[in-house]
Amino acid sequence: MTALELHALHKSYGPVRALGGVDLRVGEGSRTAIVGPSGSGKTTLLRIIAGFEAPDAGRVLLGGQLLADGPAIVPAHQRGIGYVPQDGALFPHLTVADNVGFGLPRDTPQRDQRIAELMDMVALDAAMLQRRPHELSGGQQQRVALARALAQRPRLMLLDEPFSALDTGLRAATRKAVAQLLQAAGITTILVTHDQAEALSFADQVAVMRDGQLAQVGRPLDLYQRPVDPATASFLGEAVVLPAQLSNGWAECALGRIEADDTQRSGAVQIMLRPEQLQLTEVPANATADSADSTACLGEVLEADFCGPVCELSVRLLNAPQGNAPLLVRSPGLHVPAVGARVRITVVGQAHVFA
Amino acid sequence: MTTATIRAVTPLARPARQGRLSWVAAAAVLVSLLALLPLGFVIWMAVQAGWDTVYALVFRPRVGELLVNTVLLVAVTVPVCVALAVALAWLTERSDLPGARTWSWLAVAPLAVPAFVHSYAWISLVPGLKGLGGGVLVSVLAYFPFLYLPVAAAMRRLDPGMEDTAASLGESPWGVFFRVVLPQLRLAIWGGSLLIGLHLLAEYGLFVMIRFDTFTTAIVDQFQSTYNGPAANMLAGVLVLCCFVLLGMEAGTRGRERYARVGSGAARQPQPRRLGRFTALCLLLPLLTAVLSLGVPLITLTRWLVAGGMSVWQLADFGPALGQTIMLALAGALLTTVVAVPMAWLSIRAPGRLQRVLEGGNYLTGSLPGIVVALALVTITVRVALPIYQTVVTVLLAYMLMFLPRALINLRAGIAQAPVELEQVARSLGRSPTQALWQITLRLAAPSAASGMAMVFLAITTELTATLLLSPNGTQTLATAFWSHTSEIDYAGAAPYALIMVLLSLPLTWLLYLQSRRSAGR
Repeated sequence: MTALELHALHKSYGPVRALGGVDLRVGEGSRTAIVGPSGSGKTTLLRIIAGFEAPDAGRVLLGGQLLADGPAIVPAHQRGIGYVPQDGALFPHLTVADNVGFGLPRDTPQRDQRIAELMDMVALDAAMLQRRPHELSGGQQQRVALARALAQRPRLMLLDEPFSALDTGLRAATRKAVAQLLQAAGITTILVTHDQAEALSFADQVAVMRDGQLAQVGRPLDLYQRPVDPATASFLGEAVVLPAQLSNGWAECALGRIEADDTQRSGAVQIMLRPEQLQLTEVPANATADSADSTACLGEVLEADFCGPVCELSVRLLNAPQGNAPLLVRSPGLHVPAVGARVRITVVGQAHVFA
Repeated sequence: MTTATIRAVTPLARPARQGRLSWVAAAAVLVSLLALLPLGFVIWMAVQAGWDTVYALVFRPRVGELLVNTVLLVAVTVPVCVALAVALAWLTERSDLPGARTWSWLAVAPLAVPAFVHSYAWISLVPGLKGLGGGVLVSVLAYFPFLYLPVAAAMRRLDPGMEDTAASLGESPWGVFFRVVLPQLRLAIWGGSLLIGLHLLAEYGLFVMIRFDTFTTAIVDQFQSTYNGPAANMLAGVLVLCCFVLLGMEAGTRGRERYARVGSGAARQPQPRRLGRFTALCLLLPLLTAVLSLGVPLITLTRWLVAGGMSVWQLADFGPALGQTIMLALAGALLTTVVAVPMAWLSIRAPGRLQRVLEGGNYLTGSLPGIVVALALVTITVRVALPIYQTVVTVLLAYMLMFLPRALINLRAGIAQAPVELEQVARSLGRSPTQALWQITLRLAAPSAASGMAMVFLAITTELTATLLLSPNGTQTLATAFWSHTSEIDYAGAAPYALIMVLLSLPLTWLLYLQSRRSAGR
């Protein structure tokens, strides 16, 4: 069942177009991540959903109810949509308890107990309730902000880059905990982020935003493996894009003959491989193409960038035409070929063919 | 737990934000139009009188005399204040002067003594004091803290690394001071000098008491003899021009250099310079300043209070004056702060051209002398709003126009501390825009609003000129009661009023001192 529907949303600030026709459907109880580079309009989109701004044109529906139709909108405070901004934005003049209880009317039955439950939900100690926001760590502040938004049992939860202020280790752990919590509570969630890894790991549905439009919407794995165009491909992760000749589901390219995910088309196309699909085997320096089997693709390691568990290698193809850019290959950090070594490149899995 | 699940949602409405914005903007425009009244009055008067009258009234020896007096006063007083303030600030902030904290507080404390009380103290100690020399002496002692405060704060913030670098490049200590330290104090010195200059133009009581004629004293004389003649209005016009010249000089020479520290990381704590065998000599400066600026008023007040004995504490006179002063000051402070809210909100949340113009208008009026504001309000109320002439309403209006910038500056700082995200979160939690403004933004701005209110309160308790001209018959404030006693040379009778004004001002002066230290991060 669809919870949130966006239809042809447009928004401009003077001559600058922030949104140019955005359509999106978000399933009940699902998690959607909107990811895009800064300035792509994702924050504007979030603010329109929250009701802080009105679209110039287009409609917003939540649970079938019209929230915005062009500039006519239901104001933010009547929407019942939870919102967690980047830095948490806790009210500095209120205690943690008052922050969490801000959205709960004073006469709510068992208000204190409800606040304690919320603290428990976000895995914070109830002893913190009497503290002030500045006495909490960044991660704790973020959890209090989440508890505050959860208090009014929102129909939809909006998270505006809530993890970006946290340091790397804490970030992954908090993200996981928040995802589980929202899943358990069955709350439809939209996360806005510029971090593609965060989007892919957090959401059931990822929407890639570029220049005020959604370039692609889909399941994380589909998006990663079958992006619509090279720009989306490289935004979601490192990509190797090559020209190829397609026929009968096989692509002929600089890396040899590779299985493609498109069996219908034929002719000149562009294909994409993720660096982790390329595997390297070191071969003796005097090996040439004709000494091994003819399908083998040989290369020379130009650079090796050791990053711990993996090593990013830059490899020049030996039998490729002149001027071909070096390939990026991710290899396990255990057995890294030295710079200058000769390697055989094999491809695992299918190549993606761009439409 | 069904309270907050799915809320009843009202039908679609026009975005509420736009409605509020225009409401706030309309309020701000209204306030600014009021603020432009005095300026409009001066221009209107000049236009109405016609060129010949203006020429006859402005280009005469008397105006030339006043102009020379005023220019000399400003040109001598301000540089002396700068030298004194910089020397004191360096001694208290950057040297190992014994008791530096105490001297620093003593350099701010003269602010608690109203300028005309300084003058009263001096004239009763040295009855022969008069003319330019006397004016400069008393002005320096009354006003130098306006420069000391910002200069000392700027000196605390200076990065000693720059001085070290200059020294390593071969500058002598004096060279370092003049080429590195002093230029960085420029903003503080310019700002403080402007403030002192405007005070010198506006002050009435101080100069009347030592018989030194300035534009302000001449305007009041004219007003009292001919009531509302064009002569007083034209003098007011020249006075406004003098203010504009000062404002223009400050704006034109402030420059666009960067004064903030370039580079990341925190600045080191400066190492205090050792005074060594000069310590005793250096102690003389703050000591002498404190004796002249605080000792003299203290001694005089004590002397008159002892001489007057219990007989000067006439509760029948004294009680009403105190009560009326506090009522007027409270009402004025409240009015000024409330009226400043739309402007302050606009300047933080929706800055733009309209807001800059409006804000500029408010600051301009704030820098006009009280006598001009009073004259404008007298004329306007007599001609178009007679029912409020000589009522509390007019007095409060004058206070509002004169002291709006003080409330505005403080409120702005307060609202800037409440980021817009907090308002948004409150709205996502079910608060209407007005509730969010009230419960979050104004609640967070409350301490700043309170300090702004305190400053307006302080200014009103010691305001003399506008109150003299505008207050209804029978209304006595501490300042006007003090003034009527001294006008009758009843110095003993004036002493209690002076004492109460000083005591009322002391806590706020202390607050100002603490605030300036905190803003420097220590």
